[in-house]
Amino acid sequence: MSILVDENTRLLVQGITGSEGSFHTQRCIEYGTRVVAGVTPGKGGSKHLDVPVFNTVEKAMAETGANASLMFVPPPFAADGILEAATAGMRLVVCITEGIPVLDMVKVHRYLKCKSTRLIGPNCPGVMSPGKCKAGIMVGEIHLPGSVGVISRSGTLTYDVVSQLTSLGIGQSTCIGIGGDALPGSTFVNILELFEEDQDTKAVVLIGEIGGTMEQEAAEFVSHNMTKPVVAFIAGSTAPPGKRMGHAGAIITGSAGKASEKIKALSQAGAAIAPNPAEVGLTTQKVLETL
Amino acid sequence: MKIHEYQAKALMAQYGIPVPRGKLASTAAEAIEIAAEIGCKVVIKAQVYAGGRGKAGGIKTASNSEDVGKAVSQLIGTKLVTHQTGPEGVPVSKVLVEEASDVARELYLSILIDRTSRLPVMMASEAGGMEIEEVAQSSPDKIFKSYIDPAIGFQPFQGRKLAYGLNVEGSQVGDATRLMTGLYKIFIDKDCSLAEINPLVVTADEKLLALDAKLNFDDNALYRHKDIQELQDKEQEEPLEIQARDWGINNYVKMDGDIGCMVNGAGLAMAVNDLIQYCGGRAANFLDIGTLNNTERVVNSFKMFVADSRIKAILVNIFGGMARVDVIAKGIVEAYQQMNIPLPVVIRLAGTNLEEGQRILAESGIGFIRAKDFYDAANKVVKAAKGVME
Repeated sequence: MSILVDENTRLLVQGITGSEGSFHTQRCIEYGTRVVAGVTPGKGGSKHLDVPVFNTVEKAMAETGANASLMFVPPPFAADGILEAATAGMRLVVCITEGIPVLDMVKVHRYLKCKSTRLIGPNCPGVMSPGKCKAGIMVGEIHLPGSVGVISRSGTLTYDVVSQLTSLGIGQSTCIGIGGDALPGSTFVNILELFEEDQDTKAVVLIGEIGGTMEQEAAEFVSHNMTKPVVAFIAGSTAPPGKRMGHAGAIITGSAGKASEKIKALSQAGAAIAPNPAEVGLTTQKVLETL
Repeated sequence: MKIHEYQAKALMAQYGIPVPRGKLASTAAEAIEIAAEIGCKVVIKAQVYAGGRGKAGGIKTASNSEDVGKAVSQLIGTKLVTHQTGPEGVPVSKVLVEEASDVARELYLSILIDRTSRLPVMMASEAGGMEIEEVAQSSPDKIFKSYIDPAIGFQPFQGRKLAYGLNVEGSQVGDATRLMTGLYKIFIDKDCSLAEINPLVVTADEKLLALDAKLNFDDNALYRHKDIQELQDKEQEEPLEIQARDWGINNYVKMDGDIGCMVNGAGLAMAVNDLIQYCGGRAANFLDIGTLNNTERVVNSFKMFVADSRIKAILVNIFGGMARVDVIAKGIVEAYQQMNIPLPVVIRLAGTNLEEGQRILAESGIGFIRAKDFYDAANKVVKAAKGVME
């Protein structure tokens, strides 16, 4: 009933002893996530929040069997943290950090091509499989276990959409924030592939925004490879061109980056487009009724 | 972050890229002196953070000191309106005085990050002097691209391929390759988001020359480039956006409506503006308050709204995650204590520490319009801005 993380996830937190790392690790543990290790260079051998802390990801994995990493490493050191986790053989890295230089990520992506690591983020709320595992900073209580997959470039807008779904009694299989940067580790297409394969996901909600062409690529995939219905909303219809709207990746630099172009592509691919951000839940409900 | 043409040319010159002889002037007298030093026909170029200067009258030529003086006085102290600036224009306080070049051909060259391949890409075209977006739409076959592997950097064979694509000949092939290598080195060394030479010209005596130069930088990487940070010219940016940044609100964009918006999260902030429009209103700004450790940014946001005479109503829409609802509520109460807020305020709160936040607002006794959800909030604030109260 989920992708990427579930009850078998053994989570490691990179940057566990920092203030954000501490706060959110505590929340993940309270949600029921199995946090098995933390990594902070120089603090190996200690315990934090009752979790053993190691100096390196390699050692932490060897001693605890961690199979996913959640990162709260500050921007200047975050790329290094991703490379460390990938080199140690981590299968999933979820990077929360906002503000990583683009050229650092160019190097990371180049390196990840030769590795089996899947990167989610950076600049994202993380991954949540309701009732099983919370690997991120999202509010746990608004989620409900179920069979709708959610993918989004946003954080708080996703919370709003998830609570719309939950209040209508529509549960979620997994909710994934792929992040607001220009070069996310995983794209809409990467995640749609996983949802298409996941037997317990019946429909997918996709929350896109202005900038880049990831939504158009998703539309291609939806039209040729998806058998499951997709509901979409694209934020930024009112955004002026050339202005960065908070997210590093949310900037219209060409006509393809506009919300209208993305909506057109997804609509032509057969996705149900929510008329406004407050009606994503209702649009999903209508789609589910036809199944 | 953007910089001026004269600054970009100075950087390019340091990396061996040939640029026209020239200097910066801020008065007619200085410009006349520079022109005399150059000793031939000159071009006088307004230094602004906007393209489209030529068509807008921001670039003038002069052959004698009288014309130089006249051109400079027509530019300095004025506001230049181009298709990229909006109707209010951008102030011109400096001009670049350069030797005029005898241009045989105008080419295009740039580097940016391709979001799909996640690699730097160098683009070259014979259609120089035009906007590359237009070329890409009308004749994509005229644009040559080379994707650059960050592990090995820009290679000479890639330079040759692009140079032959540009139909340059003889020794120019080597010159073009060296120029491209220099441009890639700047791009990497300085964390550029865009490095563009448009036009890159071939002169009548068959030399390559960067006639214009544009460098934009990755805001996320500025922390490691103090030298670049110092080049910023705040005069060229939107005053409200500068004000916001000085008050710690990094994600503020001026829009053209009359509803002040305070939201947490960029996606939600964009969606709020969209929903306001859907309900028949217009946002005066995009504002992502970010993650809060204290109430200062909330108070400062209200200061911005009250000082902005365009604003007729305020919407606060918070879905607490990293940002806690109680901190936002405290900030709103403090704002009411510190200033007179003669505007209707619609508040919608959800998420982390909601009950505590609601209690703080209720006990404060401040008069605000409560909204139960996202749609309700947008609908109510649009009505309030139109003077229709419930």
